[in-house]
Amino acid sequence: MIPAPFEYEVAESAEHAVSLLAGREDAKLLAGGHSLLPAMRLRLARPSLLVDIGRIPGLAYVRDAGDAIAIGALTRHKEAAESPLLAEQCPIVAATAAQIGDPQVRHRGTIGGSLAHGDPASDLPAVMLALEAQLVARGPDGERTIPAADFFTGVFETALSPAEMLVEVRVPKHGPRTRSTYLKTSRRAQDWATVAVAAVVERSNGAIESARIALTNMGATPLRATAVEQALAGGASIEDAAALAAEGTEPPSDYAASADYRRHLVRVLTRRALQEAASR
Amino acid sequence: MRDVALTVNGRRYELELEPRELLVYVLRERLGLTGTVVGCDTSSCGACTVLVNGESVKSCTMLGVQADGLEITTIEGLATNGLHPVQQAFHDHHALQCGYCTPGMVMAAVSLIESGEAKDEQSIRLGLEGNLCRCTGYHNIVKAVAAAAGVS
Amino acid sequence: MALVEERTEAAIGSPVKRKEDEKLLRGRATWVDNLAPLGTVYMAVVRSPYAHARIRSVNLEAARAAEGVVAAFSGADLASEWASPLPCAWPVTEDIKIPPHYPLAAEEARFQGDGVAVVVAESRALAKDAAELVEVEYEPLPAVADVEQALAEGAPLVHADLGTNRCYVWTLEAGDPQGAIDAADVVVTRRYRQPRLIPNAIEPRSVLALTDPSGAVTVWSATQVPHILRFALQLVLGIPEARIRVIAPDVGGGFGSKLNVYAEEALAVALARRLGRPVKWTEERSENYVATIHGRDVVHELTFAARRDGTITAVKSEALCAMGAYLQLVTPGIPLLGAWIYSGPYAIPNYSVTFTGVFTNTTPTDAYRGAGRPEATYVLERTMDALARELGMDPVELRRRNLVKEFPHTMASGLTLDSGDYEASLERLLEILDLDRIRAEQEERRRRGDVKQLGVGFSTYNEMCGLAPSRILGAVRYAVGGWEAATIRVEPLGSVQVVTGTSPHGQSHETTWAQIVADRLGVDVDEVEVLHGDTAVSQLGMDTYGSRSLAVGGVALWHASEKILQKARRIVAHQLEVAEDDLEFAGGRFSVKGSPERGMTIKEVAFAAHAAHNLPDGMEPGLEETAVYDPPNFSWPGGAHAAVVEVDTETGETRLLRYAAVDDVGRTVNPMIVDGQVHGGVTQGIAAALFEEGAYDEEGNLLTTNMVSYLVPSAAELPSFETDRTETPSPTNPLGVKGVGETGTIAAAPAVINAVVDALSHLGVTDVPMPATPERVWRAIQEAKGGAR
Repeated sequence: MIPAPFEYEVAESAEHAVSLLAGREDAKLLAGGHSLLPAMRLRLARPSLLVDIGRIPGLAYVRDAGDAIAIGALTRHKEAAESPLLAEQCPIVAATAAQIGDPQVRHRGTIGGSLAHGDPASDLPAVMLALEAQLVARGPDGERTIPAADFFTGVFETALSPAEMLVEVRVPKHGPRTRSTYLKTSRRAQDWATVAVAAVVERSNGAIESARIALTNMGATPLRATAVEQALAGGASIEDAAALAAEGTEPPSDYAASADYRRHLVRVLTRRALQEAASR
Repeated sequence: MRDVALTVNGRRYELELEPRELLVYVLRERLGLTGTVVGCDTSSCGACTVLVNGESVKSCTMLGVQADGLEITTIEGLATNGLHPVQQAFHDHHALQCGYCTPGMVMAAVSLIESGEAKDEQSIRLGLEGNLCRCTGYHNIVKAVAAAAGVS
Repeated sequence: MALVEERTEAAIGSPVKRKEDEKLLRGRATWVDNLAPLGTVYMAVVRSPYAHARIRSVNLEAARAAEGVVAAFSGADLASEWASPLPCAWPVTEDIKIPPHYPLAAEEARFQGDGVAVVVAESRALAKDAAELVEVEYEPLPAVADVEQALAEGAPLVHADLGTNRCYVWTLEAGDPQGAIDAADVVVTRRYRQPRLIPNAIEPRSVLALTDPSGAVTVWSATQVPHILRFALQLVLGIPEARIRVIAPDVGGGFGSKLNVYAEEALAVALARRLGRPVKWTEERSENYVATIHGRDVVHELTFAARRDGTITAVKSEALCAMGAYLQLVTPGIPLLGAWIYSGPYAIPNYSVTFTGVFTNTTPTDAYRGAGRPEATYVLERTMDALARELGMDPVELRRRNLVKEFPHTMASGLTLDSGDYEASLERLLEILDLDRIRAEQEERRRRGDVKQLGVGFSTYNEMCGLAPSRILGAVRYAVGGWEAATIRVEPLGSVQVVTGTSPHGQSHETTWAQIVADRLGVDVDEVEVLHGDTAVSQLGMDTYGSRSLAVGGVALWHASEKILQKARRIVAHQLEVAEDDLEFAGGRFSVKGSPERGMTIKEVAFAAHAAHNLPDGMEPGLEETAVYDPPNFSWPGGAHAAVVEVDTETGETRLLRYAAVDDVGRTVNPMIVDGQVHGGVTQGIAAALFEEGAYDEEGNLLTTNMVSYLVPSAAELPSFETDRTETPSPTNPLGVKGVGETGTIAAAPAVINAVVDALSHLGVTDVPMPATPERVWRAIQEAKGGAR
């Protein structure tokens, strides 16, 4: 229940945070702390240094950035869930943020922290993948932009180098024909997803013209359901396309659910997500 | 060790903290505010819920040093005179038995009501998803929160 | 026999708001973890990561050298502290195998979490840091975690020297069960696996021990059983009970998990004695999952023999019951608490129950809410539905046909149901449910082939609680008695102090007990102060468990009230110079029949009793009486519950839509509190049915290690409940009360699972394992589709 000892520094700016990280392989950034502190309390994580980025000014925002909405890394889940801009321009982000954890978690947990943690069971990674979001990282050599497709590299692993910090995520605005939905199953409301599906579709004449679909907890990273997307693009029905949702996935088999069941579930959820997106 | 200044229940405290001290232990063992309790080690049970700048937070999932400069309200500071309406509603509706989860449950309910999210039974149930009670089956807790929120 | 008097006062039966609430609501409770006298040191326990391992060596050097460490010990280091092992108070058979169970393992760890060393340091954090530095060299041994595997040929032995994993075999047989089975029109046999449950009182365990050089010991413990703990500490530590004081201050829930004598309690005292410092230990939740007892973990085979018309002629149960690696306080006796009710509320003349206790390399099992009775009720009520399907009969009708209808009724198992009206509960339940509408909607959904199907499940139950007649406990080899004690002191100025031997931890005794006394003595509830949970205050007590507190302790209080009134009556008669028979008592005042202006209030009597200026010859001053009550029978609540569920046939997800409970718990002292007990009890039964399971892998590693993986439900997973009561007063006690703490947990699980099966029965599903996880429900549907049984 009590973390192992560590040093603690407060970063004044993203540059400062990055400089504090430099040269300390086992340093960790601390934002809301809702991914890191639970692991540290069980002593599953034992960083020697925590760099608290929670006080860096100007990194909690949701703003219009032309074709995209820019979300500051320190934006809390609650702020994203309640953002009128997101509700209007990219509602799947707001709707998903509203489902993360429980109210207390959403009051502290941040969008950036959740993404940078790289947990294949958490919700926002799949949403970013389906949205083809851009993630902006600051490192010792300045900023770089990483497409969501390249960002998530493994279980609790991302493309961020140890000395980099995620500062912003840019999600494309929905077009007039875009519909999106995030459908999640979990045993209890507060639990991580057993499986979830993020679907972003373009509609034409009441039918789905194209779709980007990403899956939560179906492998070491969030995964695009490419086979489903291709089938839909080729004119397949929702039912037929959704039946392909488990293709190419490697879901975990654990106490919560077997891989077989997750494969079944993802097909059902994909179909329901697409039906919901198509009918809105 | 690190110097921090935090305001708890309207009173300012200047403390020297080890970075690993969780806020809940700072409240309990440094400030003697033992109303906030620990029920788990995975941020699941919510027994340690306090208000940080007015919003419910699990104080086991926050370092004391992270609270530097912030305003904390614990169960002891909820009402200076008599009971807060949520506390009163818990009493009136028999929403507590052993009482161990109660301070956290009350603080979560206060935050939920003040944010305007306690709209009906279902929103109250969902809004309390982060607080576990083993005694009441939540039936009377939900009734109490609904009564305090003025919804049916 | 009717001992029940008409109530003359209002306090009994009123929904009096709780006296306990304010300190709890304001954060002013006294939990053990709040306490730390100056000089307190903190204990951390080093636990085996293996389910079974030989301890080759324990190296404490690094730990001892670490910052803030006061001492560190291995199991071997502390062997000389123990006068005897941790006690098992219920050796259920003469030839039961009771392996010695010391607070720390010295040679072999036998379950994941078995303590192998302790570290004591100046702070909680430093103790934890140093515990990580203890180097234990283990030689892993083969382990077994499953009861059936543990009895298989060649299974690893949990205790090699016993030569078997079979702890005991206990049987109860009446009538001619085999004859009835052979002669039956229909025989139904079903197998059930009831998973392990982890009690999860929200307050983790905590203990603080203080010794003085003379050897006197004070122990604060988050326990349900301060009196039993005191008794046990003498056995384990060799300290005379008279020198031990145990205090259970505010205790945050127990549900049976704090009805025990734990290694850490003995360790804290032993270390305080050795080190001359107060020693404190507070359990972490993940630690609680291995170090605090679990419940259930039973595999049953249940057989009903029945006639074609639905009359059940025999019940036969064979069960393998997990003990875990050691026998804790009442581990072997838990199945026996259900042994007499495998016929439930039904009249079944032929009866056979067999329990086989089985050691496995797992955390010990023991009492968890319901203890033995949920296990019995589950298999019974599930099999009622199976038999109904077999006979093509409505499950409600089958139950109705078999319910006991006349009381008292002596069951085949030998005990007597003293009261009840099971049909009344069932009929009231059906009214609440509006069953016809549910069935119509179910039919409609089936006809349409909806993805989400509806099911309704029933559970009519009874239970034996209120532990218990001491003579019966003795006859079944329980080591101690089942009586309870109460003392009432009317203080000189009229306030009333009550000392109870019960030890509440959420049950509201401070309020309910005050109501009983206020009612009997005619004083205000607010004037009655209830003291409990401190063996220096209440020397006599048997504590709180098994739904016994009201039916035994509350009744003791009633008897103490009568004694107070008797003495007061003598004083009044003496002072007013009238015959005792000429006095009547109402509203807290004795008055002379026919001249009501002549009289004395109970407060005036109390003052007179203490002033002692004018008492009858030979009477001792003061107005204080103690009663110890040993009940003549168990208490027999019963009732009818129903669950309505919606099952998503594609995902297997189950949503509980409604839950209705009609219970007969006799007279209610405080209906508000009784309803609260039902809500909480029902919720733990629902949780067992749909969410909770303590799971081990084949090597004995616990898979559900904390509140993330073990699913205690939140408000979001549950509906509001529909409750009502029927009332047949218990004729065996003057209050007419029966127990209520466990009824909901006993009744709920089978109602919910029966509902899930009912929702899917048209698809050919006849069984869904507990808990009915989405995956298990989905698999049951797949198997039914595939034509598998």
